[in-house]
Formats: sequence, C-alpha cells, structure tokens
Amino acid sequence: MEARAKLIDLAAFMDRVDRGTGDEDFRMAGFRKALAELNGPKPERAKRVLLTLSDPTTEPIPAATTKAASGAYPGTP
Amino acid sequence: MRYIEPHGHMVSRVTDDYVDMATAGCAAVCEPAFWAGFDRSSVNGFYDYFCQLTEHEPKRAAKFGLAHYTWLCINPKESEDVGLAKDVLGIIPKFLDKPNVLGIGEIGLNKNSRNEMRVLEMHVDLAARANQLILVHTPHLEDKLKGTRLIIDVLRSDKRIQPERCIIDHVEEHTIEMVLDTGFWAGMTLYPESKCTGARAIDMIELYGAERVWMNSACDWGVSVPLAVPYAALEMRKRGHSAEAIDALVYQNPARFIGQSPKFKLPKR
Repeated sequence: MEARAKLIDLAAFMDRVDRGTGDEDFRMAGFRKALAELNGPKPERAKRVLLTLSDPTTEPIPAATTKAASGAYPGTP
Repeated sequence: MRYIEPHGHMVSRVTDDYVDMATAGCAAVCEPAFWAGFDRSSVNGFYDYFCQLTEHEPKRAAKFGLAHYTWLCINPKESEDVGLAKDVLGIIPKFLDKPNVLGIGEIGLNKNSRNEMRVLEMHVDLAARANQLILVHTPHLEDKLKGTRLIIDVLRSDKRIQPERCIIDHVEEHTIEMVLDTGFWAGMTLYPESKCTGARAIDMIELYGAERVWMNSACDWGVSVPLAVPYAALEMRKRGHSAEAIDALVYQNPARFIGQSPKFKLPKR
C-alpha cells in the first residue's frame, strides 16, 4: 500500500507538471531519466537513480555561487 | 530500548524534543557545529556558538538526563570565505580541551568548490596535529557523489589520518560502498525528504552490514525528526531483526566510534 501510494503521488506530480505553463524546469530531464531506471530487472535501482541525478564531474568548481543543491545535475542530457 | 543520537543540532530544537528523546531511550546526544541558516558576520559569532556548544547546551541536556557531546569547526557552507575560516580555525584549539568536545566536525564540502577544499584540508590538518576524531559532512543531492569522492581523496592523501577515526556522514546507496571500502565509518542520516529514510537505511544495513555504521537524525532547524533513530529501530523490529542487532546499531556502534575519544563515557543507567 505504501509503494502504491508513492507511485500514484509520482503520477499525479507528472500530471501537475504537464498542466503547467512556461519552460520546463531543467530537473525534469533528470527526473525522466531516473524514472527509466525503475522499470526493468536490473538490481540496485535506488543507487542507479541517485547516480542519474548526480554531478558526474570530478574537479572542484572554481567558486561556490550558492549554498543550495537543486536535486539534479543541470548537464543531464 | 537504549540509543545514542550521534548527530543532532540541539541548539535549534525545543526543550520538548529533549523530553521526547529521553523518553524514547536516548542516553547521549552528540552535536556537531553547523551552519546557523545564515552566515555569521565574524569570528566572534563562532566564539559565542562554541561557548554555547561547550558550556550552555550540556547543561540544558543534563536537565533531562542526557549526556551532551560536541564537535567543532566552521561548516562547509561558510567555507567559501577562507579568511573567516582561518580566523575560526584559530580559536578552535582554545575549546578542544573542554570536557564534551569529541573532535573536529562536521567538516567537509557543500558545493565542492576550491575554497571549500582548502578549508577542509586545513581542518584535517588541525585534527591530525591535535589528535582529534573527525566527523565529515558530505554534500547534498546532486553534489554528494562528487563531494564524497573528493573528501575521501583529501583524507587518504594525509598519511596522519587513520580511517577508523573518521566518520563520513550522510551516505546513501551510491556512496556507502566507497566509504566502507576505504576503511572509514559511514553515517546514515534519516530525513523525511532528502538524504535517507529509515527503510532505506535498514536496506543498506542488510546489504552492506552494520560493522562500521551509525544512524542519526541530524535534527536541526530544517525538516527533520528528532526521533528518527528509534523510528528506524522500529522498522528493524518489523523486519525481524533481533533486539541485540538493533542495540548494536543504535547504541553500541556510536559508543564504539566516539569512545575512541577518552572524553566519552558510556552513560550510567
């Protein structure tokens, strides 16, 4: 029941985004890519979702211009 | 049930939280220095904060039978200002002999910037010179993977640092293996939205073992649950874990790690 409720919440969230106007938030690209990790026989889905949403680069950035994280990496194709 | 809250920012919590934690079996709480939600304007703000952590908050906790320990640093969120960080690092040694100071923390990275790296290295150097335990914060969300890798590189590159005396906190499914495989302790922070839920934490225990792991609520001024550790213990019970396994995870493990500091004394019950 708990997983069912969370699944419907996700579906409702996506419907809500569809009803919105304006440019799509960059995080939705990462969200859709991560969503694809759920449907399949491969194990470690949680780990793969987190990796999909992560900054894959390895070098420190020149300077921090904000304190907050956004939830997805802006460079997600 | 008995447990230790190894990471709670109690200065941000109300007295009722102490009552609830003590009622749920909390025997001791450990409070790393952290970001106040705004940038402090000078080193004097940190001096007052360190006085609060080492003098006032232990007395507040003691009213509810809780032992209170702390860790000192300038948090990574304020590490972009290297000048301020140097000033703060300059006053920390004055507090290291206080009876409730366990070590240096929570240091680490936030946005994985060059200045944050520099300040992290300065903290690691201080911990090594003063023979202090280290508690490391790893970045949030999309920054965690990269930040955890960078932090491990910094710690491993300083040959004075013993991995078993460092805990790398806020691990999730994509970072726990690299932390444990390199010999460090791993902390799992139980948050309702970010970081890790109790159910996911127990999943990781079942997958990777509980030898060098602790769970914490990291309760602070944000969305967080001071009783997250006993709630996760309840999840373990529901899955059939033994009372001994639960006690090992929520009480003996944190006691074993922080017990490496001679100042930590197991609470008398």
